[in-house]
Amino acid sequence: MRNNYLYILIAFAVIYLIRVLPLTLIRRPIRSRFIRSFLFYVPYVTLAVMTFPAIVAATSSPIAGVAALVVGVAAALLGGSLLTVAGACCAVVFLLELILL
Amino acid sequence: MENNKSEKPSSPFLAGLRDGVPIALGYFAVAFSLGIAARSAGLTAFQGFFASVLCVASAGEYALFTLIGAGATYLEVALLTLITNARYFLMSCALSQRISPNMKTCHRYLIGAVVTDEIFGITIARPGYVEPSYNYGAIAVSVPAWAVGTALGILMGNLLPLRVVSALSVALYGMFLAIIIPPAKKSLAVALCVVLGFACSWLCGAVDALAAISPGTRTILLTVLLSGAAALVFPVKEAGEDAQ
Repeated sequence: MRNNYLYILIAFAVIYLIRVLPLTLIRRPIRSRFIRSFLFYVPYVTLAVMTFPAIVAATSSPIAGVAALVVGVAAALLGGSLLTVAGACCAVVFLLELILL
Repeated sequence: MENNKSEKPSSPFLAGLRDGVPIALGYFAVAFSLGIAARSAGLTAFQGFFASVLCVASAGEYALFTLIGAGATYLEVALLTLITNARYFLMSCALSQRISPNMKTCHRYLIGAVVTDEIFGITIARPGYVEPSYNYGAIAVSVPAWAVGTALGILMGNLLPLRVVSALSVALYGMFLAIIIPPAKKSLAVALCVVLGFACSWLCGAVDALAAISPGTRTILLTVLLSGAAALVFPVKEAGEDAQ
């Protein structure tokens, strides 16, 4: 049995170093164009991979999950803030599941 | 910038508090959703609170809780944390260009600890050098909302009706979409990354031979492969600012 606190502390140590090293030790810009480009694309790929198909599995009805994805993308395209986009996703799931389930 | 100061709070700390309020509201909703995920991974409310106070990272904590639930190795946790939070490295690099050379080191360690998408966004939107007290104001209101939201999600996840839990569980993904979709609208390369990310992630789950790879390792592999390919095909423009 592994320890939950140790898991959390490992994650914290990694995140903290990622955030603080550029402000403390590494004070120069990164030179390599490939590394800068790679770092630029990483967040988009990671978050996309973690969002789909997980969003479809998160809801009681998979159809509601797909609808949340579509509505979330649309709300974000229209310039919705974090709160609006997250709220719109929740609302569509709630309403659809009232009908579907 | 010659903005009129009259309507702004006099101290940077108060300005940070004010700008942090809408962020805190969003964080609370998303953290509640994150708490539901933490609960199914077997974390206690205190463990969720502890993780959220320390990490303050949506995707990073979601990955962490998923791995804990799956009984992953510590190495997997370290690697996936590195990948899911790599964007903060970029943000801190950008932030470092806006920090006065005279800023005390202790401030660097403290504001660095809470570089999130939203707090980075409001910090970088202000003119001139970063003022630590502005960040402390934003942190003072948003981090408690994040941590308490996580704990409440864990505590109340089983008290709320199932359909409410089902609806709230997508808030986290809504937050991810709010981060990735606006840049995808502006850049074809980012849009391709997002679409291919969706497609490959789905394929990995659907194809039997690939489904054997653990979800954490799958996220790491896909991120390295797709981002590496994108960096080769669409290298970003020279010199700093565009990389955001």
